[in-house]
Amino acid sequence: MLKITNLHATIGTKEILKGINLEVKAGEVHAIMGPNGAGKSTLAGVVAGKEDYETTAGLIALNNEDISEMSPEERAHKGIFLSFQYPVEIPGVTVTNFIKTAINQSRKAQGLEEMSAKDLLQKIKEKAALLEIDRKFLSRSLNEGFSGGEKKRNEIFQLAMLEPKLAILDETDSGLDIDALRIVANGVNKLKSKDNAVIIITHYQRLLDYIVPDFVHVLYDGKIVKSGGKELAHELEAKGYDWIKKEVSSL
Amino acid sequence: MNKYTEDDLREELKTQEYEFGFYSELDAETFPKGLNENIIKAISKKKEEPQWMLDWRLDAFRIWQEMEEPEWANVHYEKPDFQAISYYSAPKKTDPNKTLDDVDTELLAMYKKLGISVNEQKRMNNIAMDIVVDSVSVATTFKKTLAEKGILFMPISEAIQKHPELVQKYMGTIVPKTDNFYAALNSAVFTDGSFCYIPKGVKCPMELSTYFRINEGGTGQFERTLLIADKDSYVSYLEGCTAPARDENQLHAAVVELIALDGAEIKYSTVQNWFPGNAEGKGGVYNFVTKRGICHENSKISWTQVETGSAVTWKYPSCILKGDNAIGEFYSIAVTNNHQQADTGTKMIHLGKNTKSTIISKGISAGKSQNSYRGLVQVHAKADNARNFTQCDSLLMGNACGAHTFPYIEAKNKTAQIEHEATTSKIGEDQIFYCNQRGIDTEKAIALIVNGFSKEVLNKLPMEFAVEAQKLLEISLEGSVG
Repeated sequence: MLKITNLHATIGTKEILKGINLEVKAGEVHAIMGPNGAGKSTLAGVVAGKEDYETTAGLIALNNEDISEMSPEERAHKGIFLSFQYPVEIPGVTVTNFIKTAINQSRKAQGLEEMSAKDLLQKIKEKAALLEIDRKFLSRSLNEGFSGGEKKRNEIFQLAMLEPKLAILDETDSGLDIDALRIVANGVNKLKSKDNAVIIITHYQRLLDYIVPDFVHVLYDGKIVKSGGKELAHELEAKGYDWIKKEVSSL
Repeated sequence: MNKYTEDDLREELKTQEYEFGFYSELDAETFPKGLNENIIKAISKKKEEPQWMLDWRLDAFRIWQEMEEPEWANVHYEKPDFQAISYYSAPKKTDPNKTLDDVDTELLAMYKKLGISVNEQKRMNNIAMDIVVDSVSVATTFKKTLAEKGILFMPISEAIQKHPELVQKYMGTIVPKTDNFYAALNSAVFTDGSFCYIPKGVKCPMELSTYFRINEGGTGQFERTLLIADKDSYVSYLEGCTAPARDENQLHAAVVELIALDGAEIKYSTVQNWFPGNAEGKGGVYNFVTKRGICHENSKISWTQVETGSAVTWKYPSCILKGDNAIGEFYSIAVTNNHQQADTGTKMIHLGKNTKSTIISKGISAGKSQNSYRGLVQVHAKADNARNFTQCDSLLMGNACGAHTFPYIEAKNKTAQIEHEATTSKIGEDQIFYCNQRGIDTEKAIALIVNGFSKEVLNKLPMEFAVEAQKLLEISLEGSVG
């Protein structure tokens, strides 16, 4: 589904990503772990098309189509979804209105008619039930005055409504207490299928107790320095990132 | 025979001795440029006005001549040459040979975006309308319903002839001739506008809008509106049009006076979309408006405005809360883009006891524009327990525009409660990226953010107006983020 080849990216004059290779197939869950400043969020931003970053080399292909020159919204229309670490507030715009606009813009890009109010309502009902979301929450302004947990649940709700091919969860666990973490993780698990894929970007192992990855990659200094199965996450948790740093520097 | 030019006519006007005879001969569509007593007499004659009206105009003209153009507003522009303006233009007639194909394609594209019907497009371009049973019957039903309720709704010039007692009693009582430079000018030369009277206890069953006013010949350059809501009556009045008005008149100076007698309620909504000038700041309308209402006991006036047009806007719809328990409200969205300048706000004058006022102002600036809120909340000594709540929010787009707030608060009564809240925010790149990531392109994202920002005011507009106003906001800001 997603194939990243020798990806280099800079912000200003500083190179953050220094040759990333990653392949994610449909039905898979990948975790990307690493210490602060390794380039995890940059990778998420570059795949989503954030303009702050400049891609200096490499390819990003989604279903064999090069997307590295596409605008963020085109990538979204192709099925990329980024759950933000810090979702922004948009005062006066309700969650429902925002999602409706997002769905219809994607449908428009695909040459489809706008979704009828009836269908939209039905879908909202269904997904809100699936994620145990109180529908009163949907008439509030997007992320305005939301708690950390509410913001992240709102991201997962949008994920459920937009049904992307590839979901990138950037530090979705940060700022969540254990109950909120479980609710968010359950939501992601319910949305997983053989046709979509998930990349989980996280600092800690704890989210991976709930969403079990097929592969774990360690990102360090702009490169993936180690890949393995879910046991790698436990190893990292036990030994800390210093272990990786030593291993890399001894090479 | 030599061609008789405007210059010849002007020369002749200067030397004309006899008062009216000459003008009855003059059947020109447009008066020669310039302003003097003879021009005012000619306007009055054209309108077949009674002597008292002419005297009133001449008095205003004398006052105006003594006045100086104000400079306190936070706007910069080249002052109009008042002798280079023609002060009377006959209502435009429809041209039977003209079709929509003759209209500027850019303008037509704009109409399409706003979802304006073909008939409406024709009306705005002075094209004869197809005979549509619907529109005729709507107008007829409308007139009939109003007549049954005893509501008077007509051009001001008709009211001067038919209801002189009401006009004489109220005109100039809220905005006197001496009020300000532009109000004095308007008092001398107004040629168009609406008059409305709602009898005691009558609730006007429909939104009154200039669109439905019969015999209306386009919007005038110097409009004068007088709206009287008698005791315990209610009216909602809509002014303006969401379609872009490409008027060749550069100066617009309107006066609106509202009178809410005991227990009455007036809701006055405006959408102003005069030509704002081009992207380089050339052309565009100067809009200098004086709008004010008086609230008697237990009455309420609510002003709602969406201002997106004009090169320069100078406008402060105000309420004089004279009676006890009177309520004044002001809800405003002012959008400026490119080189537009707006200095707008309100005055809430608390005279009566337990009077309340609410001010919600939303300013949106983009491009190289300057957007100012200027407001006065004044509580007089006898106004016990007066309350005011003011909220001024500014939204900036880009780095070259400006937002300014000039709130004035004067309280002479210790029991007054006055609250003022202000915020300034900027549309962030992170907000745009968030929307982009969800598949929403940048233009749509801005529209979404701006509509969210303006929501509290948009909600105050009558439903169908709100939808159009929302679209208008989007169009006004198109291309404002590169």
